[in-house]
Parts: sequence; structure tokens; C-alpha cells
Amino acid sequence: VNLGERVRGDFPILQRTVGGRRLVYLDSGATAQKPRAVLDALRDFYERSNANVHRSIHTLGEEATEMYEAARDRVRGFLGARHREEIVFTKGTTEAINLVAHTWARRALVEGDEILLTEMEHHSNLVPWYLLAREKKLRLRYIPVTDEGLLDLTAVDRLLGRRTRLVALAHVSNVLGTVNPVAELVERAQAAGARVLIDGAQAAPHLPVDLAGLGADFYALSGHKLGAPTGIGVLYGRREILEPLEPAFGGSEIIKEVWLDRVTWNDLPWRFEPGTPPIAQAIGLGAAIDYLEDLGWDAIQSHEAALTRLALARLDEVEDLTLYGPRDPALRVGVVAFNLAGIHPHDLAAALDTEGIAVRAGHHCAQPLARRLGVAGTARASFSVYTTPQDIEALAAGLRRAHDALGLRPSVH
Amino acid sequence: VGALYGDVILDRYKHPRYLGELDVPDAVHEDVNPLCGDRIRVEVRLDPRAEIGAVRYRGDACAISLASADLLAEMVEGRSVREALRVDRDTLLRALRAEIRPSRLRCVTLPLDVLRAALAGTPART
Repeated sequence: VNLGERVRGDFPILQRTVGGRRLVYLDSGATAQKPRAVLDALRDFYERSNANVHRSIHTLGEEATEMYEAARDRVRGFLGARHREEIVFTKGTTEAINLVAHTWARRALVEGDEILLTEMEHHSNLVPWYLLAREKKLRLRYIPVTDEGLLDLTAVDRLLGRRTRLVALAHVSNVLGTVNPVAELVERAQAAGARVLIDGAQAAPHLPVDLAGLGADFYALSGHKLGAPTGIGVLYGRREILEPLEPAFGGSEIIKEVWLDRVTWNDLPWRFEPGTPPIAQAIGLGAAIDYLEDLGWDAIQSHEAALTRLALARLDEVEDLTLYGPRDPALRVGVVAFNLAGIHPHDLAAALDTEGIAVRAGHHCAQPLARRLGVAGTARASFSVYTTPQDIEALAAGLRRAHDALGLRPSVH
Repeated sequence: VGALYGDVILDRYKHPRYLGELDVPDAVHEDVNPLCGDRIRVEVRLDPRAEIGAVRYRGDACAISLASADLLAEMVEGRSVREALRVDRDTLLRALRAEIRPSRLRCVTLPLDVLRAALAGTPART
């Protein structure tokens, strides 16, 4: 029995139907479904220990603080970071990247400096840099994407220059599923004197991350894509880089002492966590990590690799279907984008929805990549631990029916 | 898939009556739906008495948007600009004869906004 069938029962939402059909949830790249262990952790916290953290001198406050900080230790271990001070809880990946832009980058970069991005970035790892570039007169440059959906590494030498202060890129493309060679790029960027930020939103659910080994300066991820609740994410920053920085936002928790005319800052990581944090969500993230680690990365990765191979093979058999991204399953994770000729991706998604199949459609918040691919948008199926081979078969069959029903129509160009 | 969008939308989508372009349009406008990036272009030919002689549209858009554009073109061709501007979202929703989810309402109104913007640039506006 494959992993998907074995663990499906752990995810209560997968029992529901959509329009009388079994739910085939193939939108885990947008947000993953939550295992019962996470839902139980939230309920336990709210029913037994709910209190504010860090300043409550009572039993519940102590428990809540202990649970919240234990979640941080879980994240540290999960990412292979050296120090717990390097793990800052945020609302999600977007906030984590913006936090780096507002703290380290705003302070370190000056007019004429360059930030090297890639053509496959999610808007969350592009717009914060665009805003900062406009404010500080920085130059944004982009590593091109090849026709196969890989980064064109031959362009890196030309693009990575004396003025490059930051290289910011996705670990895994949210559209193509491409796993980028981040270790090589970290090495090359740091050798050129640049810092490296990695957007790990789509990588953390699919592959083990070893930050101590990787040596990246910043790493951002979202809890909800791992099966945790929404509203919790992580910014990892190397301690030496975070230590001298001032907070991005004022408030409680980030301070040590406040006078009427001056303030001293709190220690790491709390200096970057103003106000009451997402306590239950962080505890839920800890539970989600426990769940994934119990399944084990070997089992998760071989399961998802098998699903990806099956999906590429089955979708390739569908008439008029175009697949995007690397054809070699070893270069990608379980995120597969495609189009059916002449059918708008939203119509495709709506047609599949009538069969209970949930896929995402559109530009996937990566418009420059869509332009690079020469499309307005794509449909995207994305997998998780609970995805089964039957889900893939249902998708292929649904696509065939959509092709017959919506077929080719007249067009004017 | 009949349940998908209803017969009117599927018919207009597969057999559009007003898809195309005009040789010498008097008014043209094109815009995108910011939610999905869909693009619709509407071209209008005006007769001397401020009547809409012909309307054509094209675009990279979903079936709902294209069907809405097709129905809209049919509704306003041969009418005065003033009458055309009276067509609103509800008129189109009634004509589409399908249940449109809130997330797709913008697909219905994109062609309407584009037509109105095209007509706003014409001298016959008032």
C-alpha cells in the first residue's frame, strides 16, 4: 500500500465530497491539508493551555510559553539550523522576505547596488525587492530560465558582479516544480561577496532542508504548506547577520527597556516578533513537523517521486496537452503545470471542479515566468503525502473529458 | 460538462457570433482582469447618428468572459450609445442563464468595463 493510501485517513477533510464526488485535492502547493495531529494540537492548546506568552506569571502562561518556544526548537531541528535565535516566527514566507528587505537590506544596500533574482520567482520574492530598489535606487537583475524550465547557470557569471549584494531565489519553483541548485548558487554568490536569501515556501514540504550545510544567509518558509495552520511562517537568518539589526516594526516583545526618549532592543529572535505572536499556529507548526518527521523523508520523497513520474506519464498521454518544467523527474518535485490547447486554464479548473478535482489555474503569482513560457496562465496540480495514484488517474481522466467538452474553438489573433 | 457553465455560455463560447475585429473601428479599448490576467479588446464602429453600427471583441480570456462579451455585443449592436451604457452586470447575468460564483463575477463584467471605456472616448458619449 502506498504512502498516500496509508495516511489519507489522517486528514479528515479528505473524507468530504464535492458535488457528490470524492474530493481529489491536487492543490497542496497553494495550501496543504491538515493532519488530525495538527488539529488536535490546536484544540488541546485552546482547551487546556491558552494564555499569552512570555509575560504571564501563571501556570497557563508558563505552559503556553513553553509550548511556543518548543515549536521554535522543532523548527530549528527540522531546518538543520545551528541556533534557536536564528528562527524568527512570521506570518508566512511573504512577511519573512519583507522582513529581510526592511531590516538587513535597507541598512546594507546603497544606491547602485544590485540584487540578483530569477525569472521564475513568485511575486513574493520579487515585489519586496522592487519596492526597495525603487526607494534606494538599486538595480534588479534576473537569472534567465531555459526552455526546459531550469535556471540558465551559464548566465550567472555575467550577472553576479562586484555590485551584487544579494541573490534571492526560490529553492523550488511554485509553477514548474524545478528544484534549483541552491547549494551551488550559495557558494558562488558568497564567493562573490553577496548574501543569499532562499524562498523555501515550495521546497520545505517536499525535501529535507539542511541550513547548516547549505550555508544560506536567509531562508523563508510558510507553515500552512507543511500542514500547519495559516498565519505562521519562518524566517531563518544567520545569527551574525541578525545580531546587529534593529527591528522592522515597533511594539511590545521586541524591546528590552523603554523610556520616554529611548528604547533598547530585545534579544534574538524576539526582536523581530512584535506584539502577541501566532501562538497556537506556531504550536500547530510544531505538530505538523512532528507528523512529517514521523513519516520520514525517505518515504515522503520516494512517494512523491513516484507520483510525479506517474503524473508526467499520464498527462503526456492526454491529447493537446502541454507540460511545463523539466521532463526529468529527478530535477523536480510534485508540482506539475500544464495547458490544454485552446482551453483557458480557469475553464479547465472549473471543468475539473465539477468532478471534485481541485487544481489551481492562472499565473500562480509568477507573471514574469508565465510571460517567459509565452502563456497567460497554466493549470497546476501539486501533490502531498496524502496524494494517491488514483488521484492522478482521476486527473488524467478528467482532463480527457474536459478536452472533449470544451474542445477547440474559433479564435482571432 | 453541461452543468459546468450552462448551455448559453457553452454555446457562445463554442460558436461565437461577434468574435473578431473591425477594419476601421471608431472606438477601441482593451483591458485586463487583474485577478487572472485575462485580456479583452472591444472594437466599435459608430454610425453618424451615434448608433453602434458594429461591435467585435477578441481576447485571451475564459469561457465566461468570452460568452459575456458575445452577448454584450449582441445587446448593443444597433443601439444608441446611451442605450448601450444602460446594460449592466445584472442584464448580462440574466442573459448568461447560469449560476456564476462570486469568484467569477469579474469575468462577466470585464467586457462591460472594456466596452464602457471604449464608448467613453467617443464624441457621441453625450
